[in-house]
Amino acid sequence: MENVDINITIIDREGEKHHIEAPTDMAMNLMEVVRSYELAPEGTIGVCGGMAMCASCQCYVLSDTKLPEMQDDEEAMLSEAFDVKDNSRLGCQIQMTPGMEGLVVELAPES
Amino acid sequence: MSHYHQIDIINLVFNFIFMITTDILIIGAGPTGLFTVFEAGLLKLKCHLIDALPQAGGQCSEIYPKKPIYDIPAYPEILAGDLTERLLEQCKQFEPGFTLGERAETIDKQDDGTFIVTTNKGTKHHAPVVAIAGGLGSFEPRKPKIHNITDFEDKGVEYIIKDPEIYRDKKVVIAGGGDSALDWSIFLSDVAAEVTLIHRRTEFRGHLDSVEKVQELKNKGKINLITPAEVVGIVGDHKVKAVVVKQAQHIEKEFELNCDHFIPLFGLSPKLGPIANWGLEIEKNAIKVNNALDYQTNISGIYAIGDVNTYPGKLKLILCGFHEATLMCQSAYQIINPGKRFVLKYTTVSGVDGFDGTRKEAPKAVVKSIE
Ligand SMILES: Cc1cc2nc3c(=O)[nH]c(=O)nc-3n(C[C@H](O)[C@H](O)[C@H](O)COP(=O)(O)OP(=O)(O)OC[C@H]3O[C@@H](n4cnc5c(N)ncnc54)[C@H](O)[C@@H]3O)c2cc1C
Ligand code: FES
Repeated sequence: MENVDINITIIDREGEKHHIEAPTDMAMNLMEVVRSYELAPEGTIGVCGGMAMCASCQCYVLSDTKLPEMQDDEEAMLSEAFDVKDNSRLGCQIQMTPGMEGLVVELAPES
Repeated sequence: MSHYHQIDIINLVFNFIFMITTDILIIGAGPTGLFTVFEAGLLKLKCHLIDALPQAGGQCSEIYPKKPIYDIPAYPEILAGDLTERLLEQCKQFEPGFTLGERAETIDKQDDGTFIVTTNKGTKHHAPVVAIAGGLGSFEPRKPKIHNITDFEDKGVEYIIKDPEIYRDKKVVIAGGGDSALDWSIFLSDVAAEVTLIHRRTEFRGHLDSVEKVQELKNKGKINLITPAEVVGIVGDHKVKAVVVKQAQHIEKEFELNCDHFIPLFGLSPKLGPIANWGLEIEKNAIKVNNALDYQTNISGIYAIGDVNTYPGKLKLILCGFHEATLMCQSAYQIINPGKRFVLKYTTVSGVDGFDGTRKEAPKAVVKSIE
């Protein structure tokens, strides 16, 4: 079988770096990848299940990887979230694709 | 007798009279908690539920009431809000009690092995069995990062509107950009002397009707809209007198806006909170239970069911919560009625006798000769 995993780096809320392999063929988004590797305690990420309604999956994008454009609901949620920076995104709105090889993100603090 | 002793005794008598007593005290009125009421009822055990939210349904009613669920057995599709309604209807005959809008704060094991659970408002509950069905935790408001905001809580700052009447003829500032900020601005525009809605963007996310209504009220001068802007400070001593508003377009521009109340509506997020300090074994933000048997925790008499528990292979799904609740009730029966025999019955065969005097039963087959 062709390998469809990509290598990405996630910096957890304690500042620890994790180099992980993320599947791109399992319909997973970045928030779900973080959960599958248990890089944030359960219940502190993905609270709304990935509907862009809680911002518990907020992260800062540190690489210049090309990501899908922000949709209205993501923008609206980020405008109500805390600790938002220019490079903030909602992990649940970023579907993993082969083009994201090398992505580096840092999880935003819990709020 | 010393003065202090008298107070102790008065407290004791007071608590005895006003304490809520029940067989199974359920913390959390989500789907798991509600179904527990039904299963306990079949065993003639009475339940009382505590929830921090003002309504039952847990995540289903707070996060996604209008969204469909596809994996409830025998419902190819059901809205989360409708599931809550059905669960309430199903357990109604067992007359559950509710303490809503209060968070279970402390638990005290009595010498006789029973428990007293006290809420943040001081309401006391007494039961031989406690079932924690707390989901991802108690839903708590997300507080904006304003350095002195906690100094003004209940002194003009409210995160949840419980009684709109307290705003009558007052000056109110609401912050937020979602449905609750829109809906409350609309509602309070008829109650308060002045309503100002502040949001970081000019776009709001809500039902089209609400967005249009706010636009209309703004045009009529019944709602002051300040966007894009943010509340960055609170002014007052002992009581809110004004908020400091920072307008996003001109970084320099900050001004004070007089008001009696500041209501930040940024949604709720679940926090395990006080339960984490009850001496229970916690792992992955959840309570460890014995899943080989009855979902009891490390403290006998305290169970944890639904999303709040963890064990090898745990899945946070509604149907798993239902299963756990059912097994837990059988075990709770043994604690409440030690040694008393009981055998599982099918509801179809034995019917369901409600505590409210109602009875449901399967119609009998007719026995009639055919000539
Ligand atoms: C967007 C979304 C979609 C979902 N879709 C599905 C699906 O398709 N299928 C499925 O099976 N599941 C789904 N789930 C998960 C499902 O909603 C949960 O498994 C379910 O709600 C768990 O029920 P519960 O009763 O255990 O806990 P909850 O529903 O979380 O309820 C717990 C309640 O306990 C209260 N509480 C906690 N601590 C305290 C305290 N100390 N004092 C007072 N009250 C307290 C909370 O306020 C809360 O109301 C979904 C979840 C979300 C967010
Ligand atoms: S999981 Fe809730 S916004 Fe992403």
